[in-house]
Amino acid sequence: MGITATVPGKVHITLKVNGEEMEVSFAPYKTLLEVLREDLGLTGTKHGCELGECGACAVLVDGAPLLSCLTLAIECEGRAIETIEGLANGPELHPLQEAFADLGGSQCGYCTPGAIMTAKALLDNEPEPSSQRIKEAMAGNLCRCTGYQQIVESVEKAAGCCRHAERVKA
Amino acid sequence: MMRLPWFKYHAPRSVAEAAHILAAEGGDAMLIAGGTDLLPNMKRRQQTPATLVSLRQVEGLKRIANGKGLTLGAGLTLSEVVAAPQVREKYRGLWQAAAQVASPHLRNMGTLGGNLCLDTRCLYYNQNEDWRRAIDFCMKRDGQTCWVATRSKRCLAVSSTDTAPALISLGAKVRLISAEGERDLALNELYCNDGIDYLARRPDEILTEVMLPDLAGWKSTYWKLRRRGSFDFPLLGVAAAVRTAPDGTVEEARIVLGAVSSHPLLTEAGQLLVGGKLTDEAIAAVGKKAGAVAKPMDNADLDLYWRKDVVPEFIAYALRELRGDDMSETRMRVTRQLL
Repeated sequence: MGITATVPGKVHITLKVNGEEMEVSFAPYKTLLEVLREDLGLTGTKHGCELGECGACAVLVDGAPLLSCLTLAIECEGRAIETIEGLANGPELHPLQEAFADLGGSQCGYCTPGAIMTAKALLDNEPEPSSQRIKEAMAGNLCRCTGYQQIVESVEKAAGCCRHAERVKA
Repeated sequence: MMRLPWFKYHAPRSVAEAAHILAAEGGDAMLIAGGTDLLPNMKRRQQTPATLVSLRQVEGLKRIANGKGLTLGAGLTLSEVVAAPQVREKYRGLWQAAAQVASPHLRNMGTLGGNLCLDTRCLYYNQNEDWRRAIDFCMKRDGQTCWVATRSKRCLAVSSTDTAPALISLGAKVRLISAEGERDLALNELYCNDGIDYLARRPDEILTEVMLPDLAGWKSTYWKLRRRGSFDFPLLGVAAAVRTAPDGTVEEARIVLGAVSSHPLLTEAGQLLVGGKLTDEAIAAVGKKAGAVAKPMDNADLDLYWRKDVVPEFIAYALRELRGDDMSETRMRVTRQLL
């Protein structure tokens, strides 16, 4: 039997967030979104509709973009969680962050962490996505500001930068 | 902010253990797999199980087995179903249906079994608790009246699963396991035409796998109507599967409609095609017959009468695609996805 929570009270587990193991106690009904923001202080992940209808809370769990508002934190022990806070390397922005800033992929910014994490999962798996593939992969991230065109352009630019960085490394 | 209510939580490792816990907890326990249907409902207090039994760590629920047909574990996420080459190549209708469920994130979470057991939906039900209290609740939860048709004796909430119509058209069966034993059901028999008691599955049973027959000679497809190209539940689903002789004569045909009833609607219209070819006239006749039994209700998005009017059109899209017409432009216009 895995973790159970059958008596009132907090559960105590270890979560692996952005490569770091963190011990955390929380009420078992809490979602991953609530634990990240309220118990771990990682407020980069945004709290949108709470019902799976917007994508603002998207984070990567074992490399796949999931909605943290509909993920029970109690089910996340032993899984690799990546949030927007883990993206920059010190002062150096991730190519996606840079591209979103440069091309207006982010305006009010509320959808941006979820959109960037979703785009990261795409580029990790498909370094050269077509713009149709980008649109499909990002179809779960609502943005009320940009009209989406700038978001797609930002992901395309970041994909080019990532590939360039890979070539330089090689 | 909507918090989940308190619940007891179990994470069994085997189907037998999960079945044992369900039997011991009684009717107040519910299974959770992806959580994409249950957790929003719990946040809005539409469903308030005292105990959740998680299937996430249960072994064997992600099995894909080739045999005479194909067996799919109920715990496969919809993304995993879409990624399975056997599904894409041999069970196209299922592949297209799974690929159109909700959004990419929700497909990474939601499971095949969860989509088959999806709670029925209604504009008067899928609302938060305050909203529902303001109308004195409805028949499906905490109230007496069906606000869609106030004289209705039964709940008219809509079956909104995409994969069930596709799987029924493909002749799928499902396995249900409880502490008392196991049984296999034709998928069509899993559903009842009642918005509240919409599943023949008992609360102590676990849907563990979906069995598809060998479908040599069959072609299948799924068309979905929704407002946006992502997120939305179907306002109409048309699943069609046809077996044809080498000369194009139809030998068997099944047409199943989704989201126009409280259960996936296996129509008899497919019979009209048997013995003939997929001509424009035959397709129009099928659309007319199946369209007549589609009873969409005014409890979902878009105009009710328009939704009913387009049923024959969508059936025609599906059958023309199976005939071999190039429907890619229409597909892109309707679904905004390359399928």
